[in-house]
Amino acid sequence: MSFTVRTVDAPRVTQPDCDLTADLGGLSLPNPVLTASGCAASGRELHQFFDVAGLGAVVTKSIMLAARSGRSTPRMAETPSGMLNSIGLQGPGIDHFLEHDLPWLHEHGARAVVSIAGGSVEEFAELARRLRGAPGLAALEVNISCPNVADRGLVFACSPTASADVVGAVRRHTAPSVPVFAKLSPDVTDIVDIARACVDAGADGLSLINTLLGMALDLDTMRPVLGGVTGGLSGPAVKPVAVRCVWQVHAALPHVPLIGMGGLRSGLDALEMVLAGASAVSVGTAVFGDPGAPMRVLRELARGLTDRGFSSLRDAVGYAHRPPEAS
Amino acid sequence: MTDSATQTRPLQVSGEILASRRVGAYHHLTLVAPGIAERARPGHFVALAVGGERTGLILRRAFSIYQSRATGVYGGTVDVVVGVHGSGTRWLAGQHPHTPVDVVGPLGKPFSLPRDGGASATLVGGGYGSAPLFGLAEALHKRGCRVDFVLGAASADRLFGALDAKRMAATVAVTTVDGSTGTRGVVTDVLPELMARAGTDVVYACGPMGMLRAVSRLAATHGVPSQCAVEESMACGIGVCMTCVLPVVGDDGQTRMVRSCVEGPVFAGERVRWDDVGTVPPETVGAPAATGTGGQAVATEGGVR
Repeated sequence: MSFTVRTVDAPRVTQPDCDLTADLGGLSLPNPVLTASGCAASGRELHQFFDVAGLGAVVTKSIMLAARSGRSTPRMAETPSGMLNSIGLQGPGIDHFLEHDLPWLHEHGARAVVSIAGGSVEEFAELARRLRGAPGLAALEVNISCPNVADRGLVFACSPTASADVVGAVRRHTAPSVPVFAKLSPDVTDIVDIARACVDAGADGLSLINTLLGMALDLDTMRPVLGGVTGGLSGPAVKPVAVRCVWQVHAALPHVPLIGMGGLRSGLDALEMVLAGASAVSVGTAVFGDPGAPMRVLRELARGLTDRGFSSLRDAVGYAHRPPEAS
Repeated sequence: MTDSATQTRPLQVSGEILASRRVGAYHHLTLVAPGIAERARPGHFVALAVGGERTGLILRRAFSIYQSRATGVYGGTVDVVVGVHGSGTRWLAGQHPHTPVDVVGPLGKPFSLPRDGGASATLVGGGYGSAPLFGLAEALHKRGCRVDFVLGAASADRLFGALDAKRMAATVAVTTVDGSTGTRGVVTDVLPELMARAGTDVVYACGPMGMLRAVSRLAATHGVPSQCAVEESMACGIGVCMTCVLPVVGDDGQTRMVRSCVEGPVFAGERVRWDDVGTVPPETVGAPAATGTGGQAVATEGGVR
């Protein structure tokens, strides 16, 4: 099978004196700002506000094999500097995605990082098989960490062996030229353990972090706000957790490319993630409040890098880990 | 019905508050929002950023467009009616003229207008849910339609637009639950008589979910189509977050959880499964019981309320 990763030139919205090329396990992106899974659908809606080809990549909402209705409403609760969601992976399934959404992204010049989710190792493997060779597929993001499942024991990313099983199966069924990223949960005792298990199983990179499991009560009804009772916490409230996870994993596995996400809403938030060790970033919840956020973050990140004297994004990745300067 | 539900590309603009005034229990805001007014049609809504630059309120608040003016001294303006429910709406209601407000709009699918110019349209509004009905009434008038209004609220201070309605409509019926003005009761208490008198061909409604359910059912029993604008809670308003869903029956007879922000907020009343709002009915496309794959995680999820 012949498949090469396409690199489409993005419109130059950045400062020309900083090279923003992002390297993600063999995948080269024109810039490091991506959408976050579940916060950009499959790109069409945001394309009304900016050209999705100008992003480093579009990370799609997690695709499952079958259509899925998601959870009952209410599905959302705003919390201090954040929000809880319990969507439950609503989507039309892989057939619809392959027929309508991925071709649309490809036609519009967007690089697609396709997020996949399943309830079993076999389901993940089947999704990888179905996506193999699909035009426009730049990388896979394996969502083993969605908190909106009824049984916490079924969150693969809570177990190193379960994570490795899924990642290994997806890697085996994916073209060698397409990097596989595993998306991890921060709700674990030691995220480095899980990260290492995924990399050993063949993950080319890691996406850090998924939402944190949380909940809120309605003080009028004195019951849970969310139809799904618990939900995933995202937004600026979780950013310090995300920075910590990226920091820890980059310290332990410095050669593994990381996509950093969790509460980013400015270019300087993105810069913080890069300095902690992320080679690229995803802008998620910020899109709900500001549909133009990804392109704004890109502009601000470019300025933030130049202001600090970086001539390339690569030089800034993990820069905060450098040894103390001699005084 | 003509297919007036054509999608208009929304804009994101840096606007500002031009005027803010109290109207009963509500706040009527005029926002300078260049480009949005020109595109707005009755039933469209806008999503406003709240709380200022470094706020902890990260989600937009959605409001139906009450009025829009494409031209003016300050450029295009849109008017919205704010009811204070929480910290975001409290912030909006407390802002003075010239406060910058980021506006996204127009969003959603607008009301469809009757193809028949002589049609009789009955417009039903609950509380400040009546806001989008006045622009609709103007559009209906331009088509030569008869317009009648029913406005209901818990109390007199929670009615919105009774004077506008009197200026525009053949007849206006007002109900309040506490009887502080108009007929004591709810809109559906007076709707059958008004429909008989007006010879209603189509009902338009906007208000709380319970009112829409009752109005839609009543219209259906009279063989009259209804168009209902729902007020679901939204995080984004642009179709990416999947929080504002409700069960709606499609052209193929199948129930799907659809987004009220992009597939609504206006729905044909007979298509919405009003009794099942807040749940995922078992026969919904992709509902847990109907999902063949996915193992336990799928089989045990959903429908937990």
